Amino acid sequence: MMKKHTTNMLDRQVLSNAAWLAVKKLNPKAAAGNPVMFVVLIGTVITALITLQRMFTGQSFGFELATTLLLFFTVWFANFAEAVAEARGRGQAASLRSAKRALKARRLKNGMEQIVDGDTLRKGDQVRVGQGEYIPADGEIVKGVATVNESAVTGESAAVLREAGGDHCGVIGGTKVLSGEIEFAVTADPGHSFLDRMIGLVEGAQRQKTPNETALTVLLAALTMVFILVVITLPPMAGFLGASLDYTMLIALLVCLIPTTIGGLLPAIGIAGMNRALAANVVAKSGRAVEVAGDVDTLLLDKTGTITFGDRQATEFLTAGQVRMADLVSAAVLTSYEDPTPEGKSVLELAERQDHRVPVRPTDAEYLPFSAETRLSGITLADGTIYVKGASDTVQQWAKSRQIAIPGSLENLVKQVAQAGGTPLVVASESQILGVIALSDVIKPGVAERFVRLRALGVRTVMVTGDNPITAGVIAAEAGVDDFIAEAKPEDKLQLIRDEQAKGRLVAMVGDGTNDAPALAQADVGLAMNSGTQAAREAGNMVDLDSDPAKLLAVVEIGKQLLITRGALTTFSLANDVAKYFAIIPAVFAGALPAIAALDFMGLNSPLTAVLSALIFNALVIPALVPLALRGVKLRPMTAEKLLRNNMLIYGLGGVVLPFVVIKAIDMSLGLFL
Amino acid sequence: MFEIALIFLIALGLAWPLGRYMAGVFSGQPHLSDRLFGPIESVIYRLIGVNPLQGMSWKNYAWALVFCNLVLGVIAYLILLFQHVLPMNPDNIGPLSWDLALHTAVSFLTNTNQQHYSGQAQLSYLSQGFLIVTLQVVTPATGLAACVAILRGMVGGRNKDSANEGEPRDLGNFYVDLVRGVLRLALPVALVMSLLLTWQGVPSTYDGAQVTQTLDPAVEMQEQSVPVGPVAPMVAIKQLGTNGGGWYGPNSSNPLENPTPVSNVLETVAIVLFPMAIVFMAGYMLSRRRFAVMSLLVMGVMSLAFVSATVYSELQPNAAFAGLSADGPNMEGKEVRFGPELSALWGTFTTQTSNGSVNSMHDSFNPLGGLMTRAGMLINAIWGGVGVGFINFIVYVWIAVFLSGLMIGRTPEIFGRKIETKEITTLGALIVLPTIVILGLTAITVGVPGLAQNSNPGFHGISQVFYEYTSAFANNGSGFEGLGDDTPWWNVTCVIALILGRYLPIVLPLMVAGWLASKRAAPVSSGTLRLDSATFGVTLIAVILILNFLSFLPSAVLGPIGEGLELSTTILSRE
Repeated sequence: MMKKHTTNMLDRQVLSNAAWLAVKKLNPKAAAGNPVMFVVLIGTVITALITLQRMFTGQSFGFELATTLLLFFTVWFANFAEAVAEARGRGQAASLRSAKRALKARRLKNGMEQIVDGDTLRKGDQVRVGQGEYIPADGEIVKGVATVNESAVTGESAAVLREAGGDHCGVIGGTKVLSGEIEFAVTADPGHSFLDRMIGLVEGAQRQKTPNETALTVLLAALTMVFILVVITLPPMAGFLGASLDYTMLIALLVCLIPTTIGGLLPAIGIAGMNRALAANVVAKSGRAVEVAGDVDTLLLDKTGTITFGDRQATEFLTAGQVRMADLVSAAVLTSYEDPTPEGKSVLELAERQDHRVPVRPTDAEYLPFSAETRLSGITLADGTIYVKGASDTVQQWAKSRQIAIPGSLENLVKQVAQAGGTPLVVASESQILGVIALSDVIKPGVAERFVRLRALGVRTVMVTGDNPITAGVIAAEAGVDDFIAEAKPEDKLQLIRDEQAKGRLVAMVGDGTNDAPALAQADVGLAMNSGTQAAREAGNMVDLDSDPAKLLAVVEIGKQLLITRGALTTFSLANDVAKYFAIIPAVFAGALPAIAALDFMGLNSPLTAVLSALIFNALVIPALVPLALRGVKLRPMTAEKLLRNNMLIYGLGGVVLPFVVIKAIDMSLGLFL
Repeated sequence: MFEIALIFLIALGLAWPLGRYMAGVFSGQPHLSDRLFGPIESVIYRLIGVNPLQGMSWKNYAWALVFCNLVLGVIAYLILLFQHVLPMNPDNIGPLSWDLALHTAVSFLTNTNQQHYSGQAQLSYLSQGFLIVTLQVVTPATGLAACVAILRGMVGGRNKDSANEGEPRDLGNFYVDLVRGVLRLALPVALVMSLLLTWQGVPSTYDGAQVTQTLDPAVEMQEQSVPVGPVAPMVAIKQLGTNGGGWYGPNSSNPLENPTPVSNVLETVAIVLFPMAIVFMAGYMLSRRRFAVMSLLVMGVMSLAFVSATVYSELQPNAAFAGLSADGPNMEGKEVRFGPELSALWGTFTTQTSNGSVNSMHDSFNPLGGLMTRAGMLINAIWGGVGVGFINFIVYVWIAVFLSGLMIGRTPEIFGRKIETKEITTLGALIVLPTIVILGLTAITVGVPGLAQNSNPGFHGISQVFYEYTSAFANNGSGFEGLGDDTPWWNVTCVIALILGRYLPIVLPLMVAGWLASKRAAPVSSGTLRLDSATFGVTLIAVILILNFLSFLPSAVLGPIGEGLELSTTILSRE
């Protein structure tokens, strides 16, 4: 949705808004939700008071003031990170809201039209919308066909077809009818429409902590407790040694130790995860749904539409006996000119692709359109020549009835195509059998590679299709799915999900039809197609606005990325503490216990610069990591062990080493000024 | 060096078959040992009114464990308080003060054996021979029972095939596990051990003290009375059950408790035997041997690293003697018979395993050695106490699994069961607990003048206090000594540390295991984090070290590290 927003996510307007929002978030009520940053906020207040006290008693207060400012900026940077993440959601909400203008509706009552306000429509009301009008509410078409521009919601300007019956009957309030006239039944009360819910989701994203985020917050709170205890027990122990400690330094030590980096970025990471889903045009009904997607073990994929293009396509011409290829192709093309089915169109495309000489479209021919009774389509030219094409047995019967000889090779050709998973269409003229057109499923580009990635991440893919087992097996092998279910009925999906779940697996599936709804609801991640029925959209916990079933694969990756970003930054944050200890501990005790100065093997300028350098590092690392938090850690397909090893090396070991280097560098530059 | 390697190898070689036997004993399947012990056990079950087939949920199991300990604790307290009027007190030893009796009862009840009473002079034969030895046998079996129950929970409990998701799981019957631990493990192994020690010359008799002529009749003292008794059996269970409280005051540095090089090897092996065997047992009980190998390697690497550091430390000269004598290893507080290496090995093992027996005085270790013994106790999961050591290890595994799970992009799970907010909250409490107890009590004790009653000022004084509370919380029992610790303050605060350090680290993990058990288990896929991989092992070590480093570095700086830095500056200034 709103693709225009995704390009410059960090533009100046967003940043300046976020900077101001970050100040507003300083109020204690807002801060209390984040225990780590709350502690920093309290520390800031205490050091500020110490600074004032020293100021009024005429003591030097430069260090205290600097510490106070650094603590303040630590909190502000954390708020800023959250605000930047929110700003994107807010931009999206604003553009959604512009679609939700006051609309007039033509309500039908007893066959009479009544003009009413759009927001007075209730569930079950019948509404008529004509060409060029806006659809005033969510609903399902009961009568008529229309092309609809849904760009207000999906960002796609290409018109979509919506018609009564079937799986494409849903319309969304705020979208515009381009052509045709429809009558639809309202399916949502005001305030509960799809658009309303999306605005709520986008705006309220930051308010719902996911279970995993809650667990991590608890762990961070426990670590914060530990560090508070570590710091408050220091003065009495130092007192035993006859030393008294500087409280500003102790607060600086505490702030450096508690996991401020991850604590500050945690909300931003979560919001950014939702935003990445939104950027992929997937609306998750909760942050939890995105997170669960990362855990999915099994993906249940419809063959048609997800793995292959929606329809079978001609992939090969096979001549029977001594027939010339040109004759077969020109017969096939002639029969397909007026064949509106996708198969027919694909024959024309194939002939063109293979650079065959194609006969011109005859103007005075008689067409025999495909019908369920004849199961043939054909053409009778002006000179009386007849061409037909159709299913193998149908054409053979047609040939027999006309005493046309059936060549022995035909049987083999038909078999050959079927065994390769294709559907054979036999082409014949009034005098002979010409050959076979092989119709096959064409696998969408990139799908097979995606399955390889998913397998590396431990996700099993299961293909569901109504095809016979042979056809299904061929496609499954070609696409590289782990398993398939052939001749599946809609209720089989539900059963399969239940079976997988009973084995302890988390299952994701895509669906659009009303008969998919139970399975979508049962699945741990149900991705409903926006083009689907209202029932499907209600049942799923995510909606794909592009209606691209392959999007499920992207959603899984977004979920994983969300968790990895959290884990990596937590590890980084904790690993940082090692260096901070070595910078600050010698400084804290420097005056009173000279023996401990030997621990300062970084050779920092002075205790004051040591503490300030650690605090500066601590504060700056938050904005430095904002882009990573928003973008997410790059997800490469590899086994869990490799992923862990890489992340431990980068964020664990790197987290130990980096602050030593940076703190030393900051200290050296501070040494130039102080 | 050769002896250290030998002791490691003997311990591992014995722990493997023992661990296998233990897994059989707790499997719930018919076992070879049933023939011998089955009949005795059924009599015991009938006497205490327990149905051995009745399984327990984690709640019932924890309640049975706490209840059983409460009863034992009350009995122990009353015996110590009224030992002067109870039988078996030929020397008319008086009662212990209320606080000393409380501390002593709780100390032995928690498998700690921290002693604030002086020598054996304050205990009657009933207290010493009946009460303390009973607790030395029962308490390691208690820890083992809890560990076994947690292991069962980690793979879904004994009723995992019949119970539905979310239903409480059967973690076994506490009384059965306890009785089996005592009868089939503690007693037979201790019997073998005490026979071996008797063979090496450790006294094993009910005769009175032996009176001998001194070698030089010219000195004032013509004859010496050498106290003996059933020393070998007590030393056996002291070493095997990570107890640590010896027969003689100087513990295993006394030649009668530890007379020969062979007895020293035997006793050193005995310190780690059960804790190592439990790792093997876990492999069999979880049906995940590779997990056991990973655990063994993680513990082994850390154990060896700590031993090496301590050996290195004790091979250095004692700073106090710098310039006064020829440079040599630090022999202060060490038996000449054992020397620095074997003293350092024992010192490291006994602190890693929460045993607390000594063959040298840890107070006299060089600062690095003192740091290693402290670190061993704080981590408390490198081998660790019988049962409880492996429980602590599992707690670290859970925390490491949580962090690694995030890093690989899956909700963290162990053996297919997800670790969620409820579990993390409990684990968070376990992370905070040692800092509250150890740092909190240390800060109060050194902060309020007159409470510490310690012999040293400065860094070493803080070390003494910190060590005492660490030893209590880790249920170790070894002492840094030099504390006037028989005061109501010390007794009561150590009781708090002992109880919190024993029961919360048993009950909370039981709770987590119980919760995990009733969760749906996800099957393994290539996206599952393998806990038996080298990467996870390294991550686990990093988590163990960093958690303890972050919690205790500042206090270590004010203790042994500060002391070490101070000593090294003194040496420099003298040179």
